[in-house]
Amino acid sequence: MKVIAAMSGGVDSAVAAARAVEAGHEVIGVHLALSSNPQKYRSGARGCCTVEDSHDARRVADIIGIPFYIWDMASEFHEGVVDNFISEYSIGRTPNPCLRCNEKIKFAAVLNRARAMGYEKVVTGHYAKVVDSPTGPTLNRANDPEKDQSYVLAVLTQDQIAGAMFPLGDTHKVDVRAEAEARGFALAQKPDSHDICFVPSGDNAGWLRERLGSESGSILDEDGKKLGSHKGAYTYTIGQRKGLNLTVPANDGSPRYVLKIEPLSNTVVVGSHEKLAVSEISGSEIKWCGQVPGNELLRGFAQVRAHGQALPCSYKFDGENLTATLDQPLYGLAAGQALVIYDGDRVVGSATIDRTDQAIGSINGS
Amino acid sequence: MAINSATAYLDNAATTAMVPEAVLAMSQQLGIVGNASSLHAAGRSARKVVEESREAIADAVGASPSEVIFTASGTEANNLALKGFYWHRFAEGRNSIVTSPIEHHAILDPLEWLVKHENAKWLELDVDQDGQVKVEDAIKKIAAEANLISLISIMHSNNEVGSIQPVGEIAAIAAELSLPIHTDAVQSFGKIPLSFRELNVTAMSLSAHKIGGPLGIGALVLKKGLDLTPVLHGGGQERDLRSGTLDTPAIAGFAAAATLAIAELNSRASRVSKLRDRLISGVLAKVENASVNGAKDHLPGIAHFTFEGAEGDALLLLLDAQGVQCSTGSACSAGVPRPSHVLLAMGMNDKRAKSSLRFSIGTSTTEADIDLVISVIAPVVERARAAGLV
Repeated sequence: MKVIAAMSGGVDSAVAAARAVEAGHEVIGVHLALSSNPQKYRSGARGCCTVEDSHDARRVADIIGIPFYIWDMASEFHEGVVDNFISEYSIGRTPNPCLRCNEKIKFAAVLNRARAMGYEKVVTGHYAKVVDSPTGPTLNRANDPEKDQSYVLAVLTQDQIAGAMFPLGDTHKVDVRAEAEARGFALAQKPDSHDICFVPSGDNAGWLRERLGSESGSILDEDGKKLGSHKGAYTYTIGQRKGLNLTVPANDGSPRYVLKIEPLSNTVVVGSHEKLAVSEISGSEIKWCGQVPGNELLRGFAQVRAHGQALPCSYKFDGENLTATLDQPLYGLAAGQALVIYDGDRVVGSATIDRTDQAIGSINGS
Repeated sequence: MAINSATAYLDNAATTAMVPEAVLAMSQQLGIVGNASSLHAAGRSARKVVEESREAIADAVGASPSEVIFTASGTEANNLALKGFYWHRFAEGRNSIVTSPIEHHAILDPLEWLVKHENAKWLELDVDQDGQVKVEDAIKKIAAEANLISLISIMHSNNEVGSIQPVGEIAAIAAELSLPIHTDAVQSFGKIPLSFRELNVTAMSLSAHKIGGPLGIGALVLKKGLDLTPVLHGGGQERDLRSGTLDTPAIAGFAAAATLAIAELNSRASRVSKLRDRLISGVLAKVENASVNGAKDHLPGIAHFTFEGAEGDALLLLLDAQGVQCSTGSACSAGVPRPSHVLLAMGMNDKRAKSSLRFSIGTSTTEADIDLVISVIAPVVERARAAGLV
């Protein structure tokens, strides 16, 4: 089969491309240029979007003997991922840009272009599985629970899943590194990237401040009493405890957490840990990774963070919104994050969280 | 890497295969010791090779041997001309550099650097939609600012669309106003008649690897008696204008390739022109909404197309997969393809500029190469157009 391997310059996509070649596919390596001003060299452990990364990817393509090209997706990435990231923060939500990148870039812009050019699938180094089923391919968790990335892929439709190839789904990360080493890839010991690739400094708050300004506002308790001030409500996230710099201690001396971000009044509300408890989560922008469920109440597992736990729940889709009721409450949940529903290891679908039933009311950010 | 029979290398404007004569001349020198600047026997024998080569190259380009300054590339020759003249004449209060917007990056980038760091001013000439400098505009602009002009630099022919520039006419006004004029002749040398003397320019850049010579060697041809400020300081090996141990083997290879290119100039040009005609008529017959760019007066080996609605990158990838090797001709800044500055200066919009492709034919190109392109071009363009819609 003719496939396009998306090669970031990291160890995972390198081994994935090599495996696709060995499986007998006709593979072309493509490095996505996502920044119109790529940094020349990496600083620290952040491996993404630099000239050095495209060089690393190219050297792997040389070794495995495939053609290699750079595709300029900078404007698509900016519109689909970076702008969304900024606007979500500006309305008090906490977005996950990796999800948006998979949804809009890797398995949309790249996959569509590949298909139009006669290539059937996009190969990536994601830790996830595509499993055949009588109702078409499904997206499933990877074997390595530490690295499983099915959460950030849960925005893919079944058609997009059909166009995805994840050769690393059955392998643990440690074995992928060993394989890269055995294959003679210089990048075998390159550190994992943990940060947001387009914030090379790793300083999210500073990066956002440059774009959204640093208008100061109040930090209030639940009764509206002022406890301190901040420089931009968007630099906080629900459940955050550190960096509040409050001048007035709590009555009982217990730590306080961000409960609510109100972008209109530029206010951050803090309170005790138990106020972070959430047991009902509702979201829109639903993506089903397979068949659309009926409107009955179903059992499954909810996951709300990339490496969070899968929590037993009941869920219901009313045709517009997806609502999950957790068996046990979880603490601290921000709007803008993805609610992903699993049926065992299979991804059922996802929604972008709009509302949770927090004690102090909705955190609807709009 | 050997190119097998199923592939067609049509990127000869980027670089060419070395001709056997150049390989022989170069390899004969590779195992011989001798620094051409040394005074002993080994040095003298290397010097002999360098000077014989210099004479051959001077002869090939219509210059005197003492006018040939070896550099490590065409890029270095361009940098030496631009920065050398600029720094040398700056004290006279001249800070204006005249060039077209379709120059090679090896002119535009040093110019941009001089503007940014050394107070230079760019006097930009207009080009027409065929990629030729407008002579009347040029003459008017040059005359109006003559006393501020440090240097005029106009390429002899454009590397992307192949249009030959009116360098002779601009050189005439430069001579009248006693202004130095440089021409980047990297694409023209060895392909079309070119005489440093007859063109009456002050300086000219050459490169060996575009004409079957080795990589890593070029020359700045500079009129006798003229002085420049060097870019590289050191031993002063080349007229005290360029330092660095002379690369005797590469210089020998350069001379062999240049001599052969001039001896075969007419026969090569007519053969290459015929292949270009075959390619253009074949492609236009197979693909709708395709057009050819460039002026009537063009290099024999460059065929530059715009395939409306298809991205050059996609075309390149798909053709490469079919064994056809060509170029989008665009600058590669950090590996990220950008629309060509040449096409934009010719008045194309971004979209059309990005839908363009350059095939450059060389002496090693065969009819079979051309026919391979013609046989695959229609489905490739169709696919690329589909990809352009998503």
